[in-house]
Amino acid sequence: MSPPVLMDALGPRGRRRAAAASVVTVAAVAGLVALALIRFADHGQLDAERWRAVLRWPALRQLLEGLVITLEAAAVSMALATVVGVVMAAGRLAPARPVRWAAGVYVELFRAIPILVLIIAAFLVLPTYGLELSPFWSLVLALTAYNGAVLGEIFRAGVLSLERGQIEAARAVGLTGRQTAVAVVVPQAARRMAPAIVSQLVTLLKDTSLGTAIGMQELLSRGRQLGSGTGSLLQALILVAAMYVVVNLTLSQLARRLEVRQRRRYGAGRIAITGGPEDLVLVDAEAESRLR
Amino acid sequence: MSVVLDNLDVYLRGLLVTVELTLLSYAIAFAIGAVVAAFRVSPVPPLRALGTVYVGLVRNTPLAVLFILFFFGFPKLGLTYSPFLSALVVLSVYTGAFMTETIRAGINTVAGGQADAARAVGLTSVQTMGLVVLPQALRSVVPPLGNLFIALAKNTSIASLISVAELVHRSDQLVTDTAQPLAVLAGVAVAYLILTLPSGLLFGALERRVAVRR
Amino acid sequence: MAGRRVVWAVALALVAAVAAAGCGGGGSSAATPDSLREKGKLVVATKFDQPLFGQRNPSTGAIEGFDVEIAKIIARKLFGNDITGKIEFVETPSKIRETAIENGRVDLVVATYTINDTRKEQVAFAGPYYVAGQDIMVRKDENDIKSVTDLNGRKVCSVQGSTSIDNVREQAPRADLSTSFDLYSLCAEALGDKRVDAVTTDNTILVGLIQQSGGAYKLVGKTFTTEPYGIGMKKDANDLRTFVNDTLEEAYANGEWKRAFESTVGKAGIPTPTPPPVDRY
Repeated sequence: MSPPVLMDALGPRGRRRAAAASVVTVAAVAGLVALALIRFADHGQLDAERWRAVLRWPALRQLLEGLVITLEAAAVSMALATVVGVVMAAGRLAPARPVRWAAGVYVELFRAIPILVLIIAAFLVLPTYGLELSPFWSLVLALTAYNGAVLGEIFRAGVLSLERGQIEAARAVGLTGRQTAVAVVVPQAARRMAPAIVSQLVTLLKDTSLGTAIGMQELLSRGRQLGSGTGSLLQALILVAAMYVVVNLTLSQLARRLEVRQRRRYGAGRIAITGGPEDLVLVDAEAESRLR
Repeated sequence: MSVVLDNLDVYLRGLLVTVELTLLSYAIAFAIGAVVAAFRVSPVPPLRALGTVYVGLVRNTPLAVLFILFFFGFPKLGLTYSPFLSALVVLSVYTGAFMTETIRAGINTVAGGQADAARAVGLTSVQTMGLVVLPQALRSVVPPLGNLFIALAKNTSIASLISVAELVHRSDQLVTDTAQPLAVLAGVAVAYLILTLPSGLLFGALERRVAVRR
Repeated sequence: MAGRRVVWAVALALVAAVAAAGCGGGGSSAATPDSLREKGKLVVATKFDQPLFGQRNPSTGAIEGFDVEIAKIIARKLFGNDITGKIEFVETPSKIRETAIENGRVDLVVATYTINDTRKEQVAFAGPYYVAGQDIMVRKDENDIKSVTDLNGRKVCSVQGSTSIDNVREQAPRADLSTSFDLYSLCAEALGDKRVDAVTTDNTILVGLIQQSGGAYKLVGKTFTTEPYGIGMKKDANDLRTFVNDTLEEAYANGEWKRAFESTVGKAGIPTPTPPPVDRY
């Protein structure tokens, strides 16, 4: 990790202090880890048998099957949400006021309601109108509706982040509106949005775990069942958490690599979303002012 | 409609718990975020690493997993807390990781000369961070801080998994009692809007007040 | 502020949705034995976390239990002895059993599903195929809870959307019933973690949880309700209901029912009872 650029290099006294603080921090962390391990051991949670119960092959297979379902749900939802997102972004940038308005209502509505409520609604409400969906498809539908709204905003920000000159120049050399969009706007916007989109995929993948509330047999449900069935609930849940972290860290690394690459190539004007809608940070002030 | 009106007290009590949970966890998460963000830009490598590990682990674990792990897993270690307290801890720790990244992004927008100047007039690094850098950093990240608040308000719904009597948990019972899921859940959605709309406006006003014009 | 007017429009639209919600729509038409044979598949709602009745075997992944066996008896009667791929089990939490039937997501519910008058207004029941009773499960060292009235002032866990909560509310009005989860297994965890003092639901379910706990819990052993388990289906599925009732009576007579019981619930040491008479209401 690169050292912080906020302050000048430390002087001799500062270096001594930093070294002392380092030692104290390492000691404190080591102490806490040791305490945690002792706690685990005292309550018999380090017993090999408890861990073997969830790491044995047939048991582990239950979790991996759940992981596959989780990944499937995430992939399908992301694909569908991308389509919805493109439609919504186009709608919000459309010249016709009613179209802008309709897309705006969609985006604001689905971003304002908790995703868990959307999932339960897809599962409980739609059937009363004759639309019968399995837990899997109820979850996919809710995730698509929500992420379509979020991706729509990302796409819109991506398009708006382009310097106006780009479009003016394209028109000046005689490109039509469609040619400008295809040859100039989309390729540049797509590169700027790539990291934000991958980050949103992480958020979406995490949200698939809410399928457990409607009895979907994804990773978290399998972990709960395996844990209660074997008396190794803590171990099963830790394993489940570890699986999510590994998958998501892989995706996050990808996002970071994309971001670094595109920043190096194309300079400022990026849209940085550091981990989903929770912290949508529009670093480019100009793009942001155009967003409102 | 009548389902919602007849059970208005149920909704109000649920909304109250949701609001309490949101405000308290936001305050704690903010404190966590400010401290860990300072860690992450500090000249002490182990502190930076600690911040990185915390953010990396928490942000990449689903909130539902954290809830179930803390509520049903931790008692196996002798750590048993009430549903509300468990939800408070989990939401604070989870939101704290996002808060860290948001505040760090704000710190990165503070001009380097600010810190240099503070050091030059004799402030220590902790004073520089607390008195000069952080206050300026926060002004530039008001919109994402507002997004975080709204995201947190929505995330409290997941506490229904561990029997916290907030909006969604109470609506579960209402759906069972009335067999009218659409009306009950539309009422829930309205309740969340009642919470998130004014907060959006509030953060918007705050932003206009403190915005740094550069 | 971005789109403030839009936001208020959203709020208005939602209020309108609440207002419109009074008038719900209907589901698809009721299944008959013939339509099921034509479809070639029976979709059954069951529990996946209920030891002895419907539970996923952690090592094989198969769903096992008495409810599962009963569903298989019906499937064999429909499709003949080879039912591979012709029966599908869908995990169905208590609170959505009626919805699952009404919208046709499942053909039958065989999921420790108590027959009662409220539910009869929404769905039709074949059976009963077993009669359970509500009982109380406590930790092994608990000596103060001897009957349902002792639950006053104690923390009791049950599952969201089940009738168990209402029964306790009637007989022990001062019991603290604020703890409820989506699965019974989580109530058992909460009991073990001393979050609650008792778990209450049908004795058969509790016996399964006790067996799974390795003896950490015990049954109070005083049932205070009668819970006839029925097989739920669409309210107007008269042909299917007659068919399932006939199938049950046949299974009573030819020993299939007894074998199903002994290979599942019986393994927990519960003696095989006389099968309850089918109620063709």
